[in-house]
Amino acid sequence: MSTAYPTTWRKPPQMIQSRGWRIALAVGAIAYLVLAVGSVEVNWARVIAGMERAQRFIAGFLQPDFTTRWRDISNGLMESLTMTFTSTVVGVLISIPIGVGAARNVAPAWVYYICRSIIAASRALQEIIVAIFFVALFGFGAFAGFLTLTFATIGFIGKLLAEDIEDIDEAQAEAIRATGASWLQLINYAIQPQVMPRLIGLSLYRLDINFRESAVIGIVGAGGIGAALSTSLSRYEYSSAGAILLIIIAIVMVAEYSSGYLRKWVK
Amino acid sequence: MLRIDGLTKTYKTGDKALSDVSFEAPKGQVIGLIGPSGAGKSTLIRCINRLVEPSSGAVWLNDINLAALRTGELRRARRRIGMIFQEYALVERLTVMENVLSGRLGYVGFWRSFTRRYPGADIANAYRLLDRVGLMAHADKRADALSGGQRQRVGIARALAQDPELLLIDEPTASLDPKTSRQIMRLIVEICRERDLPAIINIHDVVLAQQFSDRIIGLQSGRMVFDGPPSGLTEAVLTQIYGEEDWTAMRQGASEDAEAEAEEKAQAEKMLRAL
Repeated sequence: MSTAYPTTWRKPPQMIQSRGWRIALAVGAIAYLVLAVGSVEVNWARVIAGMERAQRFIAGFLQPDFTTRWRDISNGLMESLTMTFTSTVVGVLISIPIGVGAARNVAPAWVYYICRSIIAASRALQEIIVAIFFVALFGFGAFAGFLTLTFATIGFIGKLLAEDIEDIDEAQAEAIRATGASWLQLINYAIQPQVMPRLIGLSLYRLDINFRESAVIGIVGAGGIGAALSTSLSRYEYSSAGAILLIIIAIVMVAEYSSGYLRKWVK
Repeated sequence: MLRIDGLTKTYKTGDKALSDVSFEAPKGQVIGLIGPSGAGKSTLIRCINRLVEPSSGAVWLNDINLAALRTGELRRARRRIGMIFQEYALVERLTVMENVLSGRLGYVGFWRSFTRRYPGADIANAYRLLDRVGLMAHADKRADALSGGQRQRVGIARALAQDPELLLIDEPTASLDPKTSRQIMRLIVEICRERDLPAIINIHDVVLAQQFSDRIIGLQSGRMVFDGPPSGLTEAVLTQIYGEEDWTAMRQGASEDAEAEAEEKAQAEKMLRAL
């Protein structure tokens, strides 16, 4: 009395049902890729010259010269670290009220839209563009860098904090609301304990992003180690550039390792 | 005293969660609110302290209509309504003491609560309540370090710290084992007796409801279909509330277990045969 069940099974197509369309789309995509790669112009003579420079660069990297330009390097480094630290602290402080305002479950609609637009503006503009803008406004130097990184931090922390607040356990907030607590008390008692570990983690993460960014925006004139790197590259002093890169890598690794350790500790 | 008058709640989706519910809760009375999932039990108790906004009707606590209050007045009124939750709803990363003291939030200003400098009387009262629920030694632990039964005791202490005139209790035992459930229910009823507090307990477990409440209200799709003493819960009434089921079997917990076991055995045998 047993029914004959099929012994083979194939996963049904998930996105495109018709076989003809599937083949046509795949062929079309491959054809476009081939044509697109073909359209990239390659100047082989320039590539060979570049390889030569790369060799010199790698040689410089292998024999880093910390001493010749040490004054420039150490000044740039100090400037970068100061810029990183101040901009992270100020950025996080500003982003907390904005993040709370951008959380749908605790803020009224009009505040929500204002805060979301501030965050969107900050995230839409890439750091380098913002840095160029601030350098044009306030001149070369660390102040422009500080403003750039603060601005970028607001968008980053604000958005992630808002999302974290929207993800909290509502029951805890409901219980605090039921005691007759005010809005500020609700934030302090029900929201803050739930999002604090993540806020600390995000701030530490942003600290090491800001350090890396400080090296990049220095190249467009916003001071710091990036300015020193840019100068040494334009003078073809590859061994000094190598030294700077090694220092950047070392600091990023230290920041990465210690922030990971701290984040585990604040759970 | 609490008086609910024609309470109705229609959600935005058009679902009618409550229709025209009216009853009175005199001092010291423990009311067990029973009904199937989705009958509107949670909505009903949340409409009382307006964690859910009622669509129409009145909720009188003494001489104040809670349903008509504006935000500031509502906060003041909520101070006197203690609430105990299903999954305890403690703030997990705060200490037990902070959780109990959070019952005073409506009475103290922001700065005091922010710096955790509560008035001496509040602190003494919090210790007294912790002692009452048997958690004196755990005051400085973080709430997430406690077991389920202990957490629910903290929840009770927090509600009592509000110095409430009414307790709203939402499925207090849903995530507890049978023995702890009974201990928690006994504690709640004892406290209501001590303080002459009315309580509305929203509860799934019919046996527990019958054992511990003075009065049972049955909800079925948002309507009150039963209001009477626990002894009035006959099989006909239970069928009206929950639908057809073998109620005698439910009452005899042991026989139900045996039945489940037999069924499992039959299933296992069936599987063995299939192999």
